[in-house]
Amino acid sequence: MTRSQSLAGLLCAAVLGLAVFPWFAGEFYIGLMIRIMILGIFAMSLDFLVGYTGLISFGHAAFFGLTGYILAIVTPESGPVTLWYALFMCLSGSAIAALAIGWVSVRTSGIYFIMITLAISQMFYYYFNESVELGSSDGIFIFHRPIVALGELTLIDLGDEFTLYYFVLVSLAGSYLALMMVLGSPFGKVIQGVRVNEARTRALGFATQRYKLVSFVISGTLAGYAGFLEATHTGFVSPATLGWHESGTILMIVILGGIGTLYGPVLGAFVMVFLQDKLQEFSELWLLMMGFFVVAVVLFLPHGIAGLIARLAGARPANGAEETGQDRKPAVPAKAGGAADGGGAE
Amino acid sequence: MTAPILRTEQLTKNFGAIFAVNVVSLDFAPGQVHAIIGPNGAGKTTLINLLSGDIQPSSGAITFKGHDITRASADRVSRLGVGRSYQKTNIFPDFTCEQNCWLGAQSRLPSSMRFLCAAARYRPVRERTQSALELCGLGHRGQAIARTLSHGEQRQLEIGMMLATEPELLLLDEPLAGMGSEDSAGVIALLKGLAKDHTLILIEHDMDAVFSIAEAMTVMVDGRVLASGTPEDIRNNSEVQDAYLGTGEDHE
Amino acid sequence: MDIAIFLIQVLNGVQYGFMLFLVASGLTLIFGVMGIINIAHGAFYMIGAYLAFWLTGVVGNFFLAIVLGIPLMVAIGYAIERLAITHLYHRDHLYQVLLTYGLILIFNETQKLLWGTGFHSVRVPAILAGSVPLTETLVYPHYRLFISVVCLAVAAGMYAVISRTKLGMMIRAGASNREMAQALGIDIGKVFAIVFSLGAALAGFSGMIGAPVSSVYPGMGDEILIVSFVVVVIGGIGSIKGAFVGAMLIGLADTFGRVLLPELAAMVVYSLMVMVLLWRPQGLFGRPA
Repeated sequence: MTRSQSLAGLLCAAVLGLAVFPWFAGEFYIGLMIRIMILGIFAMSLDFLVGYTGLISFGHAAFFGLTGYILAIVTPESGPVTLWYALFMCLSGSAIAALAIGWVSVRTSGIYFIMITLAISQMFYYYFNESVELGSSDGIFIFHRPIVALGELTLIDLGDEFTLYYFVLVSLAGSYLALMMVLGSPFGKVIQGVRVNEARTRALGFATQRYKLVSFVISGTLAGYAGFLEATHTGFVSPATLGWHESGTILMIVILGGIGTLYGPVLGAFVMVFLQDKLQEFSELWLLMMGFFVVAVVLFLPHGIAGLIARLAGARPANGAEETGQDRKPAVPAKAGGAADGGGAE
Repeated sequence: MTAPILRTEQLTKNFGAIFAVNVVSLDFAPGQVHAIIGPNGAGKTTLINLLSGDIQPSSGAITFKGHDITRASADRVSRLGVGRSYQKTNIFPDFTCEQNCWLGAQSRLPSSMRFLCAAARYRPVRERTQSALELCGLGHRGQAIARTLSHGEQRQLEIGMMLATEPELLLLDEPLAGMGSEDSAGVIALLKGLAKDHTLILIEHDMDAVFSIAEAMTVMVDGRVLASGTPEDIRNNSEVQDAYLGTGEDHE
Repeated sequence: MDIAIFLIQVLNGVQYGFMLFLVASGLTLIFGVMGIINIAHGAFYMIGAYLAFWLTGVVGNFFLAIVLGIPLMVAIGYAIERLAITHLYHRDHLYQVLLTYGLILIFNETQKLLWGTGFHSVRVPAILAGSVPLTETLVYPHYRLFISVVCLAVAAGMYAVISRTKLGMMIRAGASNREMAQALGIDIGKVFAIVFSLGAALAGFSGMIGAPVSSVYPGMGDEILIVSFVVVVIGGIGSIKGAFVGAMLIGLADTFGRVLLPELAAMVVYSLMVMVLLWRPQGLFGRPA
């Protein structure tokens, strides 16, 4: 059995496990698992951008929170909206935002990109934080969860925890498969080339800016979808959902799980949510401990849990990077001249 | 006389006060092997960078087959049919040799903005990839990870990646860099084979190799063209001898 | 708006700009010379402010507190560099961002442990507590003028060090070509440690000197960090001149924005950044792509 066959087998087993989980678990753990799966989708969207395209965004939470607000805005007090309408509004909203933000940011590279995505997501944060109609720093409630209805008959009510669980599970599996498909497509080949050596990819005939932008839009829209699910789950959204701590946490989840593996970040979400839950019970100083944990992961576990498992399983490292101890990063600087971006005090 | 496939007119590139390429006007005839030689720092690589679109000129013009490519980006130049290999090996180290050539082959599709179909199912791309690998001598090494290749094999891959784009004009920046004589012989044979139906512009320091394949030569010194003509003319040109070739002593 | 109010806003904007410059210049130097993106840089500003608060309480005199605080900031910066930053030199930006993000969490929580979550204030020293009259009814505080003057002196000092001294030359050499500088025998590790400590001290000093004006509270580091990023992006990474121009632009834009467009005040700064980027993606004084 080849390595990818074993992996596929393991993933199927995991999905099956998740499918039967609600029959055994209590309400609290069902809720926790929903949160984990939603964060898993959010993390996969970021891994697509960071781990496969090589664009490091420190502002991905902007999309995650934006759709929550859109859902809150389109849901009236009187009753629920249909799922199709809610999805349409939320996904087009996050896609348009991703297009706008991407268009400004993708023209920059490297460290500028990191700073700009951080700054722009903060712009979103401040906007919602100052907005009185949208609840300012307190946030805003979503009165009714979206439903799928046929006339008077409600077929799917996402306000029901059980239904939502399976909806999220299908979304998780579906997102994974969709992303894998895109990565295997001609488009996917190009962006993976961009990550490793953008200048050469361009020299081989690709207008790499366009590909990066499309990748950013795909990633942002999927993050928006995760945000839609989150708002549907909690019934609430606040500026904190868009804040940079949320962006930092999800980036951490991607690294913890294993960057550039897609399934790794879902693992990372699992570990992180449990860790946060247990630490919070354990001590008031949990955030401090989280800080040390982040530092430790960067120093000692750069390839994340997926990398650790791969090494323990004795597999040949996917790209030889683990042998050399190098980070999974662009192999060659993005500029033809080879000079690092910036540099040079005056 | 046939129209040149590539022409530069008063091409100049300066970085502040340094004129790396200084008013260079050259014609390159189609189907020829044209070597550009000169001491280090003469501006040869800068010239190739200008031709391939990796950097933009400060002034002057470049025309390829009638298209003005003076300000064209590297990807546009590539799509027009110009291939480029680099002096400093510029591969995808983590990918296999096949994957390294794949992108070049895929770039000839009308569009790569395809998200749903598996890339591997595009037969023309598979075929181009395979023939590029065979051409550069790595047909049997398709699944090897690029970073594990020997230096000579990496230089071959460097050329293979370019060949996958099926270019008409090949810009080769020191293809023999760092190679031993055995590997060099292989690459020289490859270049001779390519010369039959491609136009080659190559920078090289290995004078034996250069004189064995070049049909036209240009000598650059300090960003300017010192002399340009047939290899015989260049060999006998006294200015060139003073500046670069010497009268028969060993170089490099 | 009448001339006196306009003047006040200009003075405020310039003063804020100077403080931003001190923080942003450290950030841009650290990236320019060391290639490290340090998002915990705002924490140094916060640490400086808390040091000013704490030391003033301990020694009873604000100026003495600053004099004591500066070497402390240098020491803290040096310690962080040796303990954490030194592991980041050959790492990808992604890991630098994450590790320094972890540092932010550590600093913020430690600060809350030591000094709680409330706002603290530092009193303006009596000698500078007066004001300059601008009109019959409007005055401008001496202390704010003091801030601008001191920051200007520090900026001038920094310029002198970088352009005239041997250390400055080593910094500039390291910035433009690390390997070459090393090959020429410059102990690049030492230069890095010095640059980082200086950067931390600059940010900390800004926090100290601004404490009487802005009060001292949790999260103040995060706020100034984001704005510093905007300054660095606008000015161009690695450029001190750019950091200065960017800081002044942002300082004035933010100050006037708050007065003229209070609902949109926060957006002014970001809009400025977007506009500059659309025109020059590498910043005003950055190296072109």
